Amino acid sequence: MAAPYFLKRLHMARRLPRKDAVIVGLGWTGSILAHELTDAGLDVVAIERGPWRDTASDFPISYAQDEWRYRLQHELFLRPAQTTVTFRNNAGQTALPVRNWGAFMLGNGVGGGGLHWNAETFRFLPSDFLTRSHLTERYGASFLPEDMTVQDWGVTYDELEPHYDQFEYLCGTSGTAGNINGEIHEGGNPFEGARSRPYPTPAMKQGYGHALFAQAAKELGYKPYPQPSGNLSQAYTNPLGVKLGQCTFCGFCEWFGCANYSKASPQTTILPVLLRKSNFEARTECEVMRVNLDRAGKWATGVTYVDSSGEEWEQPADIVLLCAFQLFNVQLLLLSGVGTPYDPQTGKGQIGRNFTHQTTSTAVGFFDKNKYNFNPFVAAGSIGMCIDEFNGDNFDHSNLGFVGGGYIGQVRTNGRPLESMAVPPGTPAWGAKWKQALRDNYLSSVICGAACHGSFYSYRDVYLDLDPTYKDRFGGPLMRMTIDLHDNELKMSAYLTDKYAEILQKMGAAQVVKQPRKGPYDVTDYQTSHLCGGAIMGDNPGNSALNRYLQSWDVPNLFVQGATAFPQNAGYNPTGTVGALAFWSAAAIRSQYLKNPGPLIHA
Amino acid sequence: MNPRRNSVRGLCVQTAALGRLGSQAVHQLNRRQLLASSAIALLLSSRVAQAALVKGALPWQPGAADPPAAVTPDAWHYFTPSEAATVEAFVDRLIPPDPQTPGGKDCGCAVFIDRQLAGPYGRNEAFYMMGPFQEGTRQQGPQSALTTAQQYRKALAAFDAACREKFNGKTFAGLSDEQKDDVIKGLEDGSFKLDGYDGKTFFTQILKDTQAGFLADPIYGGNKDMAAWKMIGFPGAHYDYRDWIDRHNQRVTLPVVGINNHPNWSQ
Amino acid sequence: MRNKAALLAGLCGAAIAAGAAVGEGIDKQDFKQIERGRYLTVAGDCAACHTLPGSGHEFAGGRNIETPFGLLIGPNITPDPQTGIGAWTDDEFVNALKNGTGRDGERLYPAMPYTYYTKITREDALAIRAYLNTLPPVYNPVQPNQLPFPFDIRTSMLVWDQLFFTPGTFRPNPNKSAEWNRGAYLAEGLTHCGMCHTPKNALGGDDNANALHGYALQGWFAPDITSDPRRGIGSWPVEEIVAYLKTGHNSTSAATGLMAEMVNLSTSHLSDADLKAIAAYLKDQPGNPGGDTQTVVKPDEKTMRIGGAVYADECSGCHAADGKGAAGLFPSLNGTPVVQQSDPTSLLHVVLRGARSAATDGAPTASAMPQFAWVLTDDQVAAVVTYIRNAWGNSAAPVSAADVGKARHWLAERSD
Repeated sequence: MAAPYFLKRLHMARRLPRKDAVIVGLGWTGSILAHELTDAGLDVVAIERGPWRDTASDFPISYAQDEWRYRLQHELFLRPAQTTVTFRNNAGQTALPVRNWGAFMLGNGVGGGGLHWNAETFRFLPSDFLTRSHLTERYGASFLPEDMTVQDWGVTYDELEPHYDQFEYLCGTSGTAGNINGEIHEGGNPFEGARSRPYPTPAMKQGYGHALFAQAAKELGYKPYPQPSGNLSQAYTNPLGVKLGQCTFCGFCEWFGCANYSKASPQTTILPVLLRKSNFEARTECEVMRVNLDRAGKWATGVTYVDSSGEEWEQPADIVLLCAFQLFNVQLLLLSGVGTPYDPQTGKGQIGRNFTHQTTSTAVGFFDKNKYNFNPFVAAGSIGMCIDEFNGDNFDHSNLGFVGGGYIGQVRTNGRPLESMAVPPGTPAWGAKWKQALRDNYLSSVICGAACHGSFYSYRDVYLDLDPTYKDRFGGPLMRMTIDLHDNELKMSAYLTDKYAEILQKMGAAQVVKQPRKGPYDVTDYQTSHLCGGAIMGDNPGNSALNRYLQSWDVPNLFVQGATAFPQNAGYNPTGTVGALAFWSAAAIRSQYLKNPGPLIHA
Repeated sequence: MNPRRNSVRGLCVQTAALGRLGSQAVHQLNRRQLLASSAIALLLSSRVAQAALVKGALPWQPGAADPPAAVTPDAWHYFTPSEAATVEAFVDRLIPPDPQTPGGKDCGCAVFIDRQLAGPYGRNEAFYMMGPFQEGTRQQGPQSALTTAQQYRKALAAFDAACREKFNGKTFAGLSDEQKDDVIKGLEDGSFKLDGYDGKTFFTQILKDTQAGFLADPIYGGNKDMAAWKMIGFPGAHYDYRDWIDRHNQRVTLPVVGINNHPNWSQ
Repeated sequence: MRNKAALLAGLCGAAIAAGAAVGEGIDKQDFKQIERGRYLTVAGDCAACHTLPGSGHEFAGGRNIETPFGLLIGPNITPDPQTGIGAWTDDEFVNALKNGTGRDGERLYPAMPYTYYTKITREDALAIRAYLNTLPPVYNPVQPNQLPFPFDIRTSMLVWDQLFFTPGTFRPNPNKSAEWNRGAYLAEGLTHCGMCHTPKNALGGDDNANALHGYALQGWFAPDITSDPRRGIGSWPVEEIVAYLKTGHNSTSAATGLMAEMVNLSTSHLSDADLKAIAAYLKDQPGNPGGDTQTVVKPDEKTMRIGGAVYADECSGCHAADGKGAAGLFPSLNGTPVVQQSDPTSLLHVVLRGARSAATDGAPTASAMPQFAWVLTDDQVAAVVTYIRNAWGNSAAPVSAADVGKARHWLAERSD
């Protein structure tokens, strides 16, 4: 049995020479902020808990396509042995450690989640940024459940639009625009917020199953659009001069590194340029323990981190940016004494509240094997056709008994065998019949992990705090998640799943097996890694931890990036919005903060 | 700032990764070795944290690669002979042979499980294995203090004992196929009880691992000759399907290959 | 700064064409001379041997220099009076560059490219000196001569020089353009292309009859850079040659290894005009009209079939089924010189070891090829390398499994 070990703090942290900015975590937001701040002339150090990762040496074409190693043994991810979280559905339970990942996967290493994501690159709807005021205006305040704590973001879609554009052009995102400056374009998503120009590269080619979905959706009166994809449809040179290649539909995308430079990641879009700058350095295999504050607790002086030998170091800096994964950003705030921890009883305290995930569901379609061959292995992480008719508030919820929604799509990313073993109900789980069913259904079934990709609104009793019992290898407390699915999300999930099932029928499925999301929230069942909230943005310190520029209300030289800032999660993958917010925050730091360090908003 | 500094490239060292380079012959001292060693000296002498410092250029390690180690079917690495006999018999009922496709045994599923249990998977190296250990809800996931390898050992011992008891001293491997199937069904529905171990848990684990052995890349010891992939129609470890994306509803005719298994390279 | 360099280069060119030897001596306050000297130092790629990377001490020596005869160490050429060249007279300095003699009259080894630098004008040599004089003096005693016996006997170079060294300043060719002459002045002089790209005879002297036809060194084959349309750069327009030298990449090819370093330290910092001049000169260099000295054997059908199968599974994901790759990202193998060299050493190096392509401001992506030594047998490497050398209209000698086995062996002795 692997013995737990506690790295002894050998002695007091030794102080390093000061940097202008220290960035915790070198994933998407860390890379974007490092790039922006070094361009502004700052001397920047990024501290990354995991290892350096590079295409040719870490996921080359000769062995990247290994389902057992990367999808099932999670090789590119954080090991729970290094640190994990505890989980309970409600305060009546004792939270227990997530000993092996299930419901979500936590990245590790340079590139972060951006290395092994699907690259689905959506924008949120304009109304998503005004969730509470929009829904209240349309349906009345009492339409929302009493314990639902959704809020407006403090920033609007229009303000973020240029930064969504920035992120999409950084990545070379492949798609078909649906709304350019107010003009609706055929083939795109007619519900999307207006964009200023088309996507940088055309939409991906689609596989048979994806195209068939689009056809069926059209016949049912919907307006299908290609999923916006960071798996590029053609070679591309981004504004930094970095080149990406053309996706080859290998089907080993999410959970895996891309072997041929065709998936947008920090590695393929920013790091080659960032590394060349003399005012940037990265330290890998170093874990930040806390943000250090001055005596008054109102100003960050830097961070303390532990290297792989257990040596503790203090890195002083004028600006501290938390760019780690959502959970760990919140954990660092709690461990560092920034702000007030959320108390679900009193409702007071901002750090840890409005924690959300994603409400996903699917249906499996079994088709006649003599007529349909979907070649599921010819796929990519962001391939697929979607409809947005049931996303956000794009549809009238008056009589439905829930709010929120999500995109519905045939977004099947792979035919990896161990993830593609769906057999019709009633098939034994093993034996000759099982074997035959696998043989008969592999090529002719549609198995889509998150065909219905629904919102997850925030609630008073879904939150994060520090676990009282379980420790990491340094003896520090693990994060505790208290999370369950509420009726609102379950109803929404059932509704979306029904709609998807209808489309599968229309596609010609012989049998459709609906799998709506069911409670209780199950930490063993993968439902995307889109964990959000915990230190949300808002328009005043009474309702948020961060202002609209992702600046801490409590500590003005501390900025917290990522989905941590989302007051609730919408019906789309979060990374496009994470990227846009990073550019938006960086712009504010460059144009306002650096000239006059201090609170950018006086609330 | 000295503007010439930009012309000196390559101060990028991965101290952690140097161990992965394998044997480094030092027959011929050349400038790159000197580069590496002097850069490390700089790193230590400047009292920077023991980290991999990455600066100036993308790191490059010539010849770096970390492919999976190929499993060769030789002796059992984890199972005792009697455990192996039980597991081989078990996997061959979970996935029975048929005229088109071999069963779990001939596909190497037991070999796969054996090698995995002997390695990090069996030792739960990636798991959080700190206590206190307590049972929770199903939604909170497994909370055992035992590693997967330990669980197999315990379960197989209890299973063996239960079989001997029920079948007058016969082990599982000695039963007829029908009897074996009945026993497995009993584990699955909870009617075949094991002393000191939950039969369903054992069944779920071995089924999961058998299927993994069946369908994972043959480099891990199972899916012999890509038999399972051929059965379902998965062409295997290819990477470039650009010629196929537009060929809707057509059978892909690429040769079936594994990561380190390319029969099409010697035809 | 670039404009200034271009202007100065133009002035240089004019001076060369006129055959005039402009003023003597070094004026410490003449910043133009110092700047020109700096530029020429970059053109000469002096740092490649005289600066130890990561040391922070430019031109202070200490860098290992691999030669076919053993090891040398680049000496300290900072102005340090004891361990550098601070106490040298200008004549002694110029002599070293142009005549291959050290301060005490000892023969330098031609790892110091005096056989090429001899071509530069005294004025340019003094400009280099003027620049070097401005560097911080660094105390760093270096023992350059690490060669094994009998090569460590410097006086043996007397004979070598008799055979292979023709001293003398460059004489412009009146039948060629000013641009060609500028290119020749650089290529045959400071940028010393032939040092790596011209084959050598058994004694290490240039085989001038086959100038720039390619040479194997330090684990690579520096390719043919004559106008040969198949093996050389004859099919590359001038813009492609310039792009390659300036950024390490052009639309079909990428620099790696030794050349990537050369691009980084030297050619990426030269003016566009100078790069064009070098390109014009190279495109005028005759290839070998008779083809390989050995008849190109056509590969057998089985090798091409196996090689094609390996290619489809391992290579086409980046280099594409038609071999054309992606411009600036994955080099083209279709009709490009890199795959059709008489000597496949570079191909074997890259396939077995992988390679990172050059990173410059103009081309920062620096895509890398992974190693395939772990998954391919010698036969399979031979087949796929033979395949890419002969597919898509390419034509080059097949590679044998024995060649691959040898390459694995000498690669194992190298860490780069």
